[in-house]
Amino acid sequence: MSNTAAAARYVGQSVKRLEDPRLVTGHGRYVDDIVLPGMLHAAFGRSDLARATITRLDTSAAEALEGVHAVYTGADLNSHNDSLRASLHPPESPAPPANMLADGDVRFVGDPYVMVVADSRYIAEDALDLVEVEFEPLDPVVDYETAAESDDLVHPELGSNLAHDLPVPNPAQEEAFADAAHIITETWHQHRQTNVPMETRGIVASWQPHAGVMEVWASTQSPHEMQLVGARVLGIGEHKIVVHFGDVGGGFGQKMFLGREDMAVLVAAKLLASPVKWIEDRRENLLASNHARIEQMTVTMAVDEDGNFLAADLDQLEDDGAYPLGGPATPGAMATMLYPGPYRMGPVSWRARTVYTNTCGRGAYRGPWQMESVAREQMIDRVAREIGMDPLELRRQNVLKPDDLPYQVSTGLFFETTISPEQTLEQAAEMIGYDDFRAEQAKAREEGRYLGLGMALYIEPTSMGMGPLGTESAMLRVEVDGHVNVFMGTGSHGQSLETTIAQLVADELGVRPEDVTLHQGHGSGYGFGTGGSRSAVIAGSAARAAASGVRDKVVAIAAHLMEASADDLEVADGVISVKGTPAASMTMAQVAATAYQNSDALPPDTEAGLEHTARYKAPPSTHSNACHICTCELDPGTGKVTLLRYVVSEDCGVLINPMVVDGQIAGGVVQGIGGVLYEHCVYDESGNPLASTFLDYLVPTAAEVPDLECGHVVVPSDTPGGHKGTGEGGAIGAPPAVFNAVADALAPFGVYPNRQPLDPNAVLSLIASASDS
Amino acid sequence: MADQVPLSMTVNGRTRRGMGEPRLTLADFLREQALCTGVHLGCEHGVCGSCTVLMDGEAVRSCLLFAVQAEGADITTVEGLAPDDETLHPVQEAFRDCHGLQCGFCTPGFVVSVAAFLEANPDPSDDEIRHGIAGNLCRCTGYQGIVAATRQAAAVLKGEGQ
Repeated sequence: MSNTAAAARYVGQSVKRLEDPRLVTGHGRYVDDIVLPGMLHAAFGRSDLARATITRLDTSAAEALEGVHAVYTGADLNSHNDSLRASLHPPESPAPPANMLADGDVRFVGDPYVMVVADSRYIAEDALDLVEVEFEPLDPVVDYETAAESDDLVHPELGSNLAHDLPVPNPAQEEAFADAAHIITETWHQHRQTNVPMETRGIVASWQPHAGVMEVWASTQSPHEMQLVGARVLGIGEHKIVVHFGDVGGGFGQKMFLGREDMAVLVAAKLLASPVKWIEDRRENLLASNHARIEQMTVTMAVDEDGNFLAADLDQLEDDGAYPLGGPATPGAMATMLYPGPYRMGPVSWRARTVYTNTCGRGAYRGPWQMESVAREQMIDRVAREIGMDPLELRRQNVLKPDDLPYQVSTGLFFETTISPEQTLEQAAEMIGYDDFRAEQAKAREEGRYLGLGMALYIEPTSMGMGPLGTESAMLRVEVDGHVNVFMGTGSHGQSLETTIAQLVADELGVRPEDVTLHQGHGSGYGFGTGGSRSAVIAGSAARAAASGVRDKVVAIAAHLMEASADDLEVADGVISVKGTPAASMTMAQVAATAYQNSDALPPDTEAGLEHTARYKAPPSTHSNACHICTCELDPGTGKVTLLRYVVSEDCGVLINPMVVDGQIAGGVVQGIGGVLYEHCVYDESGNPLASTFLDYLVPTAAEVPDLECGHVVVPSDTPGGHKGTGEGGAIGAPPAVFNAVADALAPFGVYPNRQPLDPNAVLSLIASASDS
Repeated sequence: MADQVPLSMTVNGRTRRGMGEPRLTLADFLREQALCTGVHLGCEHGVCGSCTVLMDGEAVRSCLLFAVQAEGADITTVEGLAPDDETLHPVQEAFRDCHGLQCGFCTPGFVVSVAAFLEANPDPSDDEIRHGIAGNLCRCTGYQGIVAATRQAAAVLKGEGQ
C-alpha cells in the first residue's frame, strides 16, 4: 500500500448507490432486455415423472410447426459437449452423466428432455405441445434418508446412490464421552428450499461463424465461470467466449454455476449460427434450477455438570438430488467441520454423507453449509433445557473469549484474533433487553400468551482464499479525462459493488466515487465472481492495490510538473495539491492528459500512461461473526407465529458502506425467516413437486417481517482494508434464531420441534402431540 | 398461430402502435413493442408484482392482461414516472435514499405500486405500508429499505420534505 494513502473519506459512509438511478427508473439492462437481430427463442420440454424410461420420442410434428427452427433431443445435443464440469469440481471426481438433455430416461420432474428453438417463445412453447413422448414409469428414489440403501439407482452409471461418505473419527471425542455428566442427542432436520432470485436464470448466446467467437449475455454471478465452462462445453478457446455482464436480478448462489440449459443454449446457438435466447420461467425455476437445505444432522454432545461443552459427535446426511448444480459437492463436510463455531467445543468426530435422489439437484444457497449453525445453535438450546440452564448463560459460559484467541479448533479450523463472538453476543443481548423480555415472557405465560426468544451465534469463514476462489484481479486505468475505469472479475448482482468498489478506489486514489466506473465481464482478469461473501475482502483488496499503484504514479508525475516534493502532496476528490497551499494544485485530468498525450513532459524514466493491474491472494479464510436474537408470539389456536423483534449484532470488520451492510444482513435474515416459517419445496411420495408457483412456494412479503435492528462491533481483519465478508451471514444466523424462538414459545407445552418448516400445521401438530401424551 | 391484430395504446404519454396475436400479454407488448424493458417478468402468474404498471391510473399486473385488453388505454410504466432525465420521481428518490433495492429486478414493480398506493393512501401507517406493498415480492432487501422508502416518499409527496 502507498505510504501516502489518503485518509478514508468515503469508506465508512453510506454513499448512495451509483447503480440506482438506472435501476429505479427501469433502465437496467438484464439479460431478457437483450434483443439481437435474428434472435431465436428456446423452450425446454421437461419430464412430469420423477423416474422413467423414454419409450418413444417423436419430434416431427413439432419440427413441422411454422416458425420452429430446431427441435433437439439428448441424442442431438449431448455429443456436442467436451465437458460440463464446473471449475470447482475436480475432473477425477465421480459425477452424474454429463448430459444437457435427458437421453433415454428422465431422472426428476423437470428433467429437460427436449429443446425447441423458434421465432418466438410463444411458438417454441406451442411446439413443445406437439412433441410426442411416451414414458415407462420406474420407481423413483424420493426419500433421501433411505436412498443409500435403495436398489433403485438414480444414476445407474455410478452404481450407487451414495455420492459421498466422509467419516472422520476422533478417539479423543470417544474418551471425552466416557465420563461426561450429560450426553444429549438430537437429529436436526432442515427442509427443501430454493434460492428464488426475482430474475430467473437466462442466457443469450450468439455465434459468429468463421470468427469462431461465441458472444454471451448471461444472468450470472461469475462471468469467468460462464467463460471457462462455455469454452469447455464448446471445445473452443477461452478467448473465443466473450461474456457481456449487465444487471443481474439476484442469485444467492444459484447463478454461480452454469445449468444444463445454459450449456444447451450455447450448443444450439453454435449449431444454428443464430442468436438464441432462453429465459427460464418461474415454474422451471422452482422445479428445476436448484434446491437446497435438504439435510439432517444427528448431534450428540457431551457436557459436564457445570454446563461446559466437552465433545461432540456429528452425523450429517444431505440430499444432492439428481443433477446437483455445479456438480456434486460436499457441503456436509464443511458443516461438520464448522460445527464447533464460536465455542470451546472440545474434540469432535464426524461423518458426512451425500446421496442422489430423483429430485431437483442441490445447489449453493446463501450460506451453503449453514447447517453447522442450525444444528449447533438449536442443540445448545436443547442442552440448556435438559440441564436446566438459561440459554444465554450457557452460551456465555462456553463462548470463545478474547483471551482464548487465536484459537485452534479440533476440526482443523483456526480462528484469528480478530473475531468477536462474545462481544456480539453481549451487544445483541443488550439490544433485545434480554432480562426484561424474560420477565415479560413469564408474565405473558401467566396470561395464557406464548412468547418465545431465540438466539444464534456463529462464525462464518468468508472470502476463502483457496483453489479457483483464491484470488481476484483489478485492472485500473485513469483515462485521459481523469475518469477511472476498473475492470474486475466480479459479478455484482445486488451487492452494490459498483458503489463499494468505487468507494475503496476513491479513497485509495484520491478521487470521488462517481469518478470511478466498475466494469465486469469481458475484458476483466480471471476471478471467481461474486458469492461466498468474498467480494469485499478479495475483490476489494485487488481494487485497493490497483488504485494504490496508480496513485504513486499520479503523485510522482504531479510532483514533477509542480516542482514540488512528492511527500508534500495530497490527493483528494481528483485534485492533487501541496499540503497547506491549496492554490498550488492540478487535477487528475491534467495529470492523465500529460501521461497519455504529453509524455515527453513526464519525469525521466516514467512510463507513459496511467494504469495498474493488481491481483490479490486471500488468506485461507477471513472470519466474520454475528449474533441474532428474535422474539415471537405464537397463537396456539391457529399455529401462527408472529415475529415481534429481530436484532443482529455483527462484526464484518471495517464497513465500506454501512447502508449496504445492513441491507445484506436484512435480506439474508428474511430469507432465513422465510425458510423456517413459510418456504417449502414439497414433493409427494412419487416425486411430484407440489410447489410450482408463488402461490405454493411462499416467499415472505413485507407483511410477514418485523423491523430489523442492526448493531455493529468493528474488529478489523488482517486483510488490507480490515474488511470481512458479510453477504451470507443473515441467512446463516436467522434460521436457528427463528427456530429457537418458536421452540421457546412452545416450551410450556413440553414439546420440542426438531424439524422445519414451523408453519401453522406443524405448530398445531406439535401442540396436539402434547395434549395427546 | 392465431391472426395478428393491430394494437394501439398510450404508453408514457406517447401513442404506441403494434401488432400481436390476441394471446400476446400486455407485459410482452410493453417490453418488446413499446420498448419499456423496465416492465419485468418475475413469475408470469400474477404474484410477484414485478410487472406492475398503471392502466388508466390503476396499478395492474401486465403479465395477467392481454395487450388487446389495454387497447386504447393510458399506460404508465416505471419509465414514465420521472419528470426528466436528471430528476427522479419522489418514490424513486426515496428508494435510492433508503436502499430500497439491491439487484433492482423487483424495483420497477415496487416503485409503480408504491406510487399508486400513496396516491390512494397519502398518509399510511407503518402497518398499512407493510400490507399495502405485500402484493410485491422482493428477495434481496428483506423489505426494510422499501418500507422506509415508502414512508419517506409519503412525507415528500405530502410536502413535508424528507
